[in-house]
Amino acid sequence: MSGFTAGVIVFPGSNCDRDAANAWKELGCGEAKLLWHQSTDLQNVDIVIVPGGFSYGDALRAGAIARFAPIMDEVAKFAAGGGLVMGICNGFQILCEAGLLPGALARNEGLKFVCKHVDLRVETTNSPFTSACEKDATLSIPIAHGEGRYVCTPEMHAQLVDEDRILFRYASDNPNGSQDDIAGVLGGPRRNVMGMMPHPERAVRVGLGSADGACMFQSILATLTQAQV
Amino acid sequence: MSKVTVTVTLKPALLDAQGRTIQEALHSLGYTDVKNVRVGKVIELETANPEDAKAMCEKLLANPVMESYHIEVDANGVAE
Repeated sequence: MSGFTAGVIVFPGSNCDRDAANAWKELGCGEAKLLWHQSTDLQNVDIVIVPGGFSYGDALRAGAIARFAPIMDEVAKFAAGGGLVMGICNGFQILCEAGLLPGALARNEGLKFVCKHVDLRVETTNSPFTSACEKDATLSIPIAHGEGRYVCTPEMHAQLVDEDRILFRYASDNPNGSQDDIAGVLGGPRRNVMGMMPHPERAVRVGLGSADGACMFQSILATLTQAQV
Repeated sequence: MSKVTVTVTLKPALLDAQGRTIQEALHSLGYTDVKNVRVGKVIELETANPEDAKAMCEKLLANPVMESYHIEVDANGVAE
């Protein structure tokens, strides 16, 4: 089997784990393994995906409980060593709670759970996750969240801008009141950790309403392939 | 055992959308001078080590990036 192995973390309440695994396989990136949150073995995967859902029923705050799952220590070590970590929706919330990404996700400004396609602007292609996308391109990607308002301190925001670490912004309507329209950010020692509220794994085929998310998986595949040679 | 009450609210700099909605409702009920409505959550717990409450807040009960917390310890304790 050629390609690379994605490890998708499964928490109680994750509901996009299979979507993420399916996108990885369907786009020809390789195999996908579902990794139970109680495990402490990442099974030598090439990339960790922290998927969307409602881990622990969003008790206390979205992601607040999941970040203490045994496997998260391994994810932190993997990220510190430069391993690719992708957090989608609840995964983004978990990575922020874990301190692997800056900022936090607050309740949507409009107080409603918002479930629709939104336009994202690719703000940087200097990342393992967007290297095959076009800078300033608009991607149609679905969102489905109630706590997606990105917030961070003014100092952290200035740092994100200076270091070109804002990965995506909402291009037209800001659906949740996110600071500076931020939809996704980069972190990690080598820009190897990312989080975003929209769901690229749900936009990998025209039949799903959009195939615009595919360029992210193609970027990751290209990054991993390049690292191999 | 001591009873500890932790109140968690969004930091003042952040828009509290629930607070805003409640404030508008209060205004429409005629309480037009009401301002700065903030909504938070109250977490009650019983512990023999109330001095740990600050660490509990920093680690789990609040997210210091976006939330402030206030700790009250009931000096009378609770019956065992």
